[in-house]
Amino acid sequence: MHHHYVLRVVSKILIPPILLFALYVQFHGDFGPGGGFQAGVIFAAAFVLYALVFGLAAAREVVSDTVLRIVSALGVLLYAGVGIVNMLKGNNFLAYNNLAVDPVAGQHLGVLLVEAGVGMTVGAVVISLFVYFSS
Amino acid sequence: MEQHFPVLVVLVPMLAAPIAVLFARGGLAWFLALASSLASLYMSAVMLLTVLDVGVISYHIGDWAPPWGIEYRIDRLNALVALLLSGVSVAVLPFARRSVKKEIALERQYLLYTCWSLCLSGLIGMTVTGDAFNVFVFLEISALSTYALVSMANRRQAHLAAFRYLVAGTVGATFILVGIGLLYMQTGTLNMADLAERLPAVAGTRPVIAGLGFIIVGIAVKMAMFPVHGWLPGAYSRAPVAVSAFLAGTATKVSAYLLVRFTYTVFGADFTFGTLSIGTPIILFGVAGAVVGSVAAMHASDLKRLLAYSSVAQISYMGIGIGIATVEGLGGGMLHVFNHALMKVALFMGVGCVLYSRGSASLESFSGLGKQMPIAMGAFTLAALSLIGVPGTAGFVSKWYLVVAALDSGWWPVAMVIMVTSLMAVVYMGKILERIWLGQPSTDVAHEGRVPVAMLSMLYVLAFANIYFGLETSLTVGVVLDAARELIGQGG
Amino acid sequence: MDSLPGYNYWIVILLMMTGLYVVMSCRNLLKKIVGLNIFQASVFVFYISIAKVSGGTAPILKDGIDVYSNPLPHVLILTAIVVGVATTALGLALIVRIHGDYDTIEEDEIEAEEPEG
Repeated sequence: MHHHYVLRVVSKILIPPILLFALYVQFHGDFGPGGGFQAGVIFAAAFVLYALVFGLAAAREVVSDTVLRIVSALGVLLYAGVGIVNMLKGNNFLAYNNLAVDPVAGQHLGVLLVEAGVGMTVGAVVISLFVYFSS
Repeated sequence: MEQHFPVLVVLVPMLAAPIAVLFARGGLAWFLALASSLASLYMSAVMLLTVLDVGVISYHIGDWAPPWGIEYRIDRLNALVALLLSGVSVAVLPFARRSVKKEIALERQYLLYTCWSLCLSGLIGMTVTGDAFNVFVFLEISALSTYALVSMANRRQAHLAAFRYLVAGTVGATFILVGIGLLYMQTGTLNMADLAERLPAVAGTRPVIAGLGFIIVGIAVKMAMFPVHGWLPGAYSRAPVAVSAFLAGTATKVSAYLLVRFTYTVFGADFTFGTLSIGTPIILFGVAGAVVGSVAAMHASDLKRLLAYSSVAQISYMGIGIGIATVEGLGGGMLHVFNHALMKVALFMGVGCVLYSRGSASLESFSGLGKQMPIAMGAFTLAALSLIGVPGTAGFVSKWYLVVAALDSGWWPVAMVIMVTSLMAVVYMGKILERIWLGQPSTDVAHEGRVPVAMLSMLYVLAFANIYFGLETSLTVGVVLDAARELIGQGG
Repeated sequence: MDSLPGYNYWIVILLMMTGLYVVMSCRNLLKKIVGLNIFQASVFVFYISIAKVSGGTAPILKDGIDVYSNPLPHVLILTAIVVGVATTALGLALIVRIHGDYDTIEEDEIEAEEPEG
């Protein structure tokens, strides 16, 4: 795909907005359709587009297998960690109310963090799926 | 801390998995799996003792009261099954360390233990949750890790067996999902206790009956009841032997528990077994499964496949017990869940030891082993006798309750089938035992050396457990009969 | 489409039976995965269609709107979709390995090589 100038130029223009859109979807899960899984997949789609146009080797230089493995594990640990913090503060697992002074703010913060964890894991896993299938 | 045990018993194995992935070392992953299994074992033991005292433990995830929030609800039945699951994991992991080192490439061993921890977490989660959709989520967690575990063997048939298991298991799980959706449509709730309260009002409507049908068929697929048992022989015989030992003691048992939970608690024994008489088809399919499984086991020449077909027959016994729907029947069925796990895991570990030292699990490699590995083969023999149901072993106790229940409810042909298939078990186990003790040590099967103590020790422990729970039955029988009384009393 | 009440259930049944038929009858392993996906999609349609409340809008909080559709099945289906994606990915990975083992993904040719199954 290297000599398809139109593809290369357009994807260079599009990939940053795709990543931004993924972040937008991630953080707007509270207020509209969105959330961790959707954002993770859109984020991974940007990497897949990059790999398709510029080659798998170039994509692997950007994000190596080790990074993918670590990020996917850290996402799960973040989710579980939020729950454990809630337990340590005295309430039940995933009782977000005690994360901040105000219960509503606590719920906001809790959902934000767990969705971030989900987004990290899903993005890393979908990218590693693509890498596995294309190599 | 103790109040959080219902969620920690699921969370601790689930945390072992990402930490193992983070470091990607086989030894560390095994250690994390073992440590988390031990922690879960301790926590489920504590929960069982608490439940024997207070009756029911209820834990609200997120501090949301049920039925709006997800509730983890532990009663006698769950606690015993959770104890069984973590116990099997603890028993097989020391065995697995050496067996896996031999069967699987070094750089992939951490993946096996990661999937192991995820599988255990999913299975325990299915057991302790009180929310119907949560059951589906944990069911899929455990199922996906099981497919991955089965496919990790180096043989090429392992991938095919895992694929077939995947297709069958996904269809089954999706059926369960449809059933849960139909129930939600009619009652508006997903909490199992709340469903039990709201279902009698809509019990006669078609969506509810269809929902019950979908759920039972879906669980039957996951439980490997006849006629949807086809995935089990391939999956158990092609998986790494430690995985077969672990799955034989856990995966189908949890599905049997789920069947009990849905038919007795959610729908109510009166509705399911009284109004709709679902017990009859379950018993009939159980009888067919017992016969088919035992006959196929008699003709199998590879030990792992023989044990897998034998599992189909034993699971059918559990189905028969659940279908008879009396206190002894349900109690016998659930007791067999516990005892069969003890026997099958011990038998698979025995086969694993022979596989380790001889390189093959065919019938010929067992020839004359009684002279070369007498204690190990003694343990294997004890487990085999328990499978047959010799008095004094655990297998006898559960079969006794099943036969008595069948006779008491007028299902005397079923009692005959149980006895005839036990005789078939004598045939297929007997031919192995004859090879072991009376055969000549064959010279053309490769001798790989002594079996490590780690692998043998858990085999001895489980074989001893078979005898112990066969003679000292007060704990298991007491808990199971009390649970059965509680479940049948909850009818409607 | 008020003339055909419950048309969503007909669509669900159509998709579900199509998916199951494809899973059971196709001899190509990849087509089985496709059938599985169709089957799972029917379940998604089922859940989401029962979530609709007459006169309700999408379940997103906004001032001035009183009647929303039920958001709970939407959340359940998000989970089920993720599960479906993971199952498909695992199935496809297994097919890649099976192709490496047997050089074919037609079930009859594989069964010819593996009589025991």
